[in-house]
Amino acid sequence: MAGIKLPTGEAAFYEKAIRKARRKRKIYKYGIIVGTVICAIFAVLFLLPTILTITNSFMSSSEINANYGAVFKTTDTGGKVFISKTVNLKFIPDIVTFNQYYTVLFKSPEYLVKFWNSVIYVGPILVVQLIVAMLASYGFARYKGRVREIIFFLYIIMMLMPYQVTLVPNYLVSSWLGILDTRWAIWLPGFFSPFAVFLLTKFIRRIPAEVMEAASIDGASEWQIFSHICVPLCKSGLISIAILVFIDYWNMVEQPLILLSNDELHPLSVFLSKINAGEISLAFAVAVIYLVPPLLIFLYGEEYLIEGISYQGGLKG
Amino acid sequence: MEKLKKISGNISEMTEKLNRALRRNAAGQTVGGPSKPHNLKFNKNSKKNLRETLVSWGFLLPSLMGVMTFFVLPFCVVVFYALVNNPIQKEFVGLFNFERVFTNNAFRQAAYNTFKFSIIAVPLAVVLSLFLAVVMESGIPFKSQFRSFFLSPMMVPIASIVLIWQVLFHFNGIVNVVGMYFGGPKIDWLKSDKAQIVIVVLFLWKNLGYNMILFMAALSSVPKDLIEVARLESATDGQIFWNIKMRYLSSTILFVTIMSLINSFKVFREIYLMTGDYPYKTLYMMQHFMNNTFASVDYQKLSASAILMALVIVVLMLIMFITENRYGKDIEG
Repeated sequence: MAGIKLPTGEAAFYEKAIRKARRKRKIYKYGIIVGTVICAIFAVLFLLPTILTITNSFMSSSEINANYGAVFKTTDTGGKVFISKTVNLKFIPDIVTFNQYYTVLFKSPEYLVKFWNSVIYVGPILVVQLIVAMLASYGFARYKGRVREIIFFLYIIMMLMPYQVTLVPNYLVSSWLGILDTRWAIWLPGFFSPFAVFLLTKFIRRIPAEVMEAASIDGASEWQIFSHICVPLCKSGLISIAILVFIDYWNMVEQPLILLSNDELHPLSVFLSKINAGEISLAFAVAVIYLVPPLLIFLYGEEYLIEGISYQGGLKG
Repeated sequence: MEKLKKISGNISEMTEKLNRALRRNAAGQTVGGPSKPHNLKFNKNSKKNLRETLVSWGFLLPSLMGVMTFFVLPFCVVVFYALVNNPIQKEFVGLFNFERVFTNNAFRQAAYNTFKFSIIAVPLAVVLSLFLAVVMESGIPFKSQFRSFFLSPMMVPIASIVLIWQVLFHFNGIVNVVGMYFGGPKIDWLKSDKAQIVIVVLFLWKNLGYNMILFMAALSSVPKDLIEVARLESATDGQIFWNIKMRYLSSTILFVTIMSLINSFKVFREIYLMTGDYPYKTLYMMQHFMNNTFASVDYQKLSASAILMALVIVVLMLIMFITENRYGKDIEG
């Protein structure tokens, strides 16, 4: 190398480039630190409400009343304000107590009944909707045709309609079928929701056609291809969609309000809003109990959930 | 009829595009290389063809029947109801019901509030989650932990969260305590014009994680070699982001915008659980109007407002689709 002599201008150029790269790396380093800090701040803000709910559920009822009494009393007495009193934000309870849980679980059956209602609504909807949707999306993904494409487009449009639009049709059908005020009014529309069809179709379309064709040539019937090839290959998709469907129906508010005038059939999601001042400490405990199933599902299926969501965005709705 | 043909033509064009995009996505992951379209042709004999068709419709049948009974047919009835004077006399009154809805103050308030909320909340959600996704993808540590934290609000049931939100934003609540400590005014958040801010914050809190995951997936699917080439051509980070990544993100942005829009209509849940049937007037949403109209059993009004809402949504979607089509066109295929 010694024999080669760089022109002075060129040497200066390389030096400059190296300096520039170094500066860039420095900026990049700072950028990462700033990014981490931003994410950390957001993460704390995001976690705060959840943590508050959980820790507060272990407070005794007198402690809860001392801390939040101001909030819930005033909402109950119709807007009278106790200006002198304000709320104490407390993360760690003075005395950890399981009294509320004991009361909720063993002494006041109505919470458990409502919780059970939620389970009864979500369970069958989850199972039947996934079965129906799996069949339909196989039909959509495996066969082509203009009619089918139009129908699929219709499904997409329906999926995008907010509940405010489908609510009136829903109500009309329920009243014709005479299922208003029964669990069927929630179940039946839930069974046939087009949401899962759309996502599952996308999943099935990712399976290479050759796989199914090969099975078909080897003499597998359509049903065998469906049950032995398609369903196992869509397992992760099914789980992620199940989680999304679960979240949606676990949180339903609009449907029970309109379709069920009988309070006893309401799920816990609606019932919790009707808790009065004397029971705030219970409310926190109930809220935590209500949070447990989704949390477990989240911890178990987070990877699937992320995978499922990621698939969604790859395509246009 | 001609219009219909045009529409169906558009649809098949769109689905073809979708498939192409899909295949492109799938190409990297499937073993057998890029998959062919599922044009199965069993034209050995027509009998088999017929069976094939029957079987394919058999798979669709359960869902199709359910969707027809519970969504499509009743919606047709709703259209009919919106055009007659009442369900018993069935006298055609044209657009009278729509006029009645338009002149209804409660409807106007509800529509205005819902529209305003969506206009503010949806773009905020898209921009903020894109920002977070870019930060997350820039190589910061603890990425998967942060991702879990951001996604966690999605799993927390509304019923649980509403409690804390009340504690935070009540007149005597925490936000006011903190605000007053720093010399801010004491605001009755949920019963003043600031109420929408509370709801927007809640909406963002719930939806940012979900949107962020969508953007992160899209960002990581931008071809690396393209960015390398751009780097070699000494493009700045800003240029790479705006000219390359944004192009690839455009379909995801469309999807996130649509999903956020849908979710923005669901914010009624939180509002209802916090404030009941008749909240402060800036929180009075479409769903409140619907619920309260149900109480008075006025199907005409309900039908007309449902149709209006559907129309607005379809128009919004069309605008978004067209915009995206124009912008993301050249990366297609």
